[in-house]
Amino acid sequence: MEAVDGNAIGGLLHEVFGTEMTNAASICGTCGDARPVAELVVYLQAPGTVVRCRTCDSVLMVFVTIHDRTCVDLHGLAVLG
Amino acid sequence: MAGTALRRRLTWQVATVSAVTAETASVRTITLDVPDWPGHQAGQHLDIRLTDEDGYVAERSYSIASAPGEPVAITVERLDDGEVSPYLTDELRAGDDLELRGPIGGYFIWAPEDGGPLLLLAGGSGVVPLRSIVRHRERTGSSVAARLLYSSRTLDDVIYRAELDQPANGVEVIHALTRHQPPGWDGYGRRVDAALLAEVAWPTAEMPLAYACGPTSFVETVSQALVQSGYPPQRVKTERFGATGGI
Repeated sequence: MEAVDGNAIGGLLHEVFGTEMTNAASICGTCGDARPVAELVVYLQAPGTVVRCRTCDSVLMVFVTIHDRTCVDLHGLAVLG
Repeated sequence: MAGTALRRRLTWQVATVSAVTAETASVRTITLDVPDWPGHQAGQHLDIRLTDEDGYVAERSYSIASAPGEPVAITVERLDDGEVSPYLTDELRAGDDLELRGPIGGYFIWAPEDGGPLLLLAGGSGVVPLRSIVRHRERTGSSVAARLLYSSRTLDDVIYRAELDQPANGVEVIHALTRHQPPGWDGYGRRVDAALLAEVAWPTAEMPLAYACGPTSFVETVSQALVQSGYPPQRVKTERFGATGGI
């Protein structure tokens, strides 16, 4: 499965954070790369949705939705918003 | 007002199909009557949700093809192994219901005050949000110069062909046909790469604003080439569809 980008999870992010997030700033907790969420690397077909850094490939965010509940893991991010 | 729109809750709602229009053999534009639509910005998308009889749910994102102020429309390319697109392109009829949420996105958007000149780079159905931008430019009377470079396999695969053959003043449409070119073809007959972009792209001194949309490999190629040629990364907006569709 080829990666898409953060634009593709605009709906999911809006649902989770309650606001538009694709233009929000992100900073990778591993390499410090800063860019809008829309430009991050996104895999939709992993178990859940996996968001990776475009520079160092670290996992930044993971979203898993089961029965209308979404579990959110943001451990790879230094900054979001 | 924009801030209010951004903070509104994004909820699923049922829209009604008002028209289905054939664009190419495998591409349809679906015009929708959405009861609770707050208005959209050029370049945004919406999510479609299909629910099977047994409760299985499939969601996909589709770019909005119409300009702000026009009826909401999406343009869908049929992917033969797709879970959602064959239903949308083959089964859906005017009068049918369709569950959606939107508008979505605050990054890959353009408004006249963002300026230009605009360099719009489309791979296959990546032309859809760029068409919204071009129509928005025209409807708002913007004089920002725009150049659309559009890569397709063949002339028959070109979406919005009649419309793009009659561009508005200040809009230039340049085609690249990668697989087959008709006799006498005067556009490009190869893939878009750094060399082709060097011929088409606005000089960096004009402070251009670029939008690239299409399959991931296409967007990677063109966005990296633009940045290497001196475009500031912040002036190159990107939207990647994955491996889907052909260019």
